Amino acid sequence: MMNNRFEAPTPEQLAQRLDKIPDDVMVRCPVCQTTFLAHDAIDKTCPECGYGLRLGARERIMMVTDQFEEIDREVTIPARFNDLQYRQKISQAKKKTQQNESVVTGFATIGRQACGLAVMDSRFIMGSLGSATGEKLTRLFEQARQRQLPVVVFTTSGGARMQEGIHSLMQMTKVSQAVSELQAAGLAYLVVLTDPTMGGVTASFAMQGDIILAEPHTMVGFAGRRVIEQTIKQTPPADFQRAETLLEHGFIDTIVPRPQLRQTLARLLTWHAGGTQ
Amino acid sequence: MTRTAFEAVQAARSEQKITTRALINGVVDHFFECHGDRNASDDAAVIGGIGELNGQPVTVIGIQKGQTLAQNQQCHFGCPEPEGYRKAQRLMQQADKFGRPVVTLINTPGAFPDVHAEHHGQGEAIAQCLLTGAQIKVPYLSIIVGEGGSGGALALAGGDEVWMFEDSIYSVLSPEGYASILWKDAHRVAEAAEQMRLTAQDLYEDGIIDRVVDEVNDVAKLQQLRQQIAEKITTLSALPAAERLAQRHARFRKF
Ligand SMILES: [Zn+2]
Repeated sequence: MMNNRFEAPTPEQLAQRLDKIPDDVMVRCPVCQTTFLAHDAIDKTCPECGYGLRLGARERIMMVTDQFEEIDREVTIPARFNDLQYRQKISQAKKKTQQNESVVTGFATIGRQACGLAVMDSRFIMGSLGSATGEKLTRLFEQARQRQLPVVVFTTSGGARMQEGIHSLMQMTKVSQAVSELQAAGLAYLVVLTDPTMGGVTASFAMQGDIILAEPHTMVGFAGRRVIEQTIKQTPPADFQRAETLLEHGFIDTIVPRPQLRQTLARLLTWHAGGTQ
Repeated sequence: MTRTAFEAVQAARSEQKITTRALINGVVDHFFECHGDRNASDDAAVIGGIGELNGQPVTVIGIQKGQTLAQNQQCHFGCPEPEGYRKAQRLMQQADKFGRPVVTLINTPGAFPDVHAEHHGQGEAIAQCLLTGAQIKVPYLSIIVGEGGSGGALALAGGDEVWMFEDSIYSVLSPEGYASILWKDAHRVAEAAEQMRLTAQDLYEDGIIDRVVDEVNDVAKLQQLRQQIAEKITTLSALPAAERLAQRHARFRKF
């Protein structure tokens, strides 16, 4: 029996119809739980709360840059990390992302402004900071300094890469030194915090930008909620480690909705083109 | 010396270990403690100030565990709050301004994980310590004297050289955490310790640290440590500042 085509569907009918739509087309916002059509969402942001769904590095680069030339694409995890389980994880991540590491680096133009650009990718072992991640970031800062260009880094990471042990920790110092040298040359370093940015990445280059931006509702912190709950039996508040809370506490410059990021970065880069030293 | 990695972990955590304050008082004369981060508070987990080493002023910054329960409640068992890292940063910058070498003495399970710390920018505080450590032009010597737990220890371990006590460990996370995250089994802690290569000897062999120093358990060993630090600072001070900084950066660049 046909329904009157102008009659609103019952909730059951609606649920049935939604079931037939592939998962990647209907999306539920993890922040405000609104369900929306991915196709209708501008730059994959929730129409209700402005949260930006997680993006792969290449998708982000397409969204933000006018031109992009990748460097160090071949740089990968050193062979000395030969644990079988870890090697399998790496293979899976490479297959999934078509990348050799958790960050893509290169030189870009954003609104006609040239800059060094690094975009982390949470699909590659949680965007964790491995030796090759640190190496790619360090080289980017070094080359940007030689070319007298500012650097933009989009962070997203679960933190240090446990499988690489102390070597992962050393990357925090190594990248910090490269940031320090770029800044000493009077070149700007801009950070865009994206969901989620945690642990050793927050405790190093994510929090060293001359200007730090964040996408709405991005989770940013050092110790994870579960660690705090388990270690000291404290229950963090609901808005814990969200970009809005960091803004309130003075740790980021501003929150920029994803559709405005390109324009915002372009303007900031115009004001910070070239070095002062 | 044959002992398991887990025995090394236990030795690093031993309550018999010399306190950071006793180390400072043994290494420098006339220690003058500088409190506070000039912003919010004074973190008891970080102890810093100025003292004399062979007649020369040096800045010493340490992370300390307590000996009594009351002390440990104050210093969170040697886990600094962001204010502690900001105090350290302030004292490093002050040392740089006045041309004083910096010596750090590290004994911490890690940065304190609580709501206060996160609200006050634990990540930012450690990040700025790393940046400051990369910038100061004075000689900078880091010594891990007990536990070197993750980013909370790394914040003060960016020196021209990094040394470790014989009974000390240094790792990206605790062996308990490693076992529970990677194997979902916190009981496999001894096995985790073995696999992590976190003992002073392992880290020396792997080129992560520059020297293993004798455990300080008597006056003679304390004198020996003082002598080793003084000699290293003399050697580092002989280098032009720019070269010293370039060497420090090269030290970490190789990782
Ligand atoms: Zn939403």
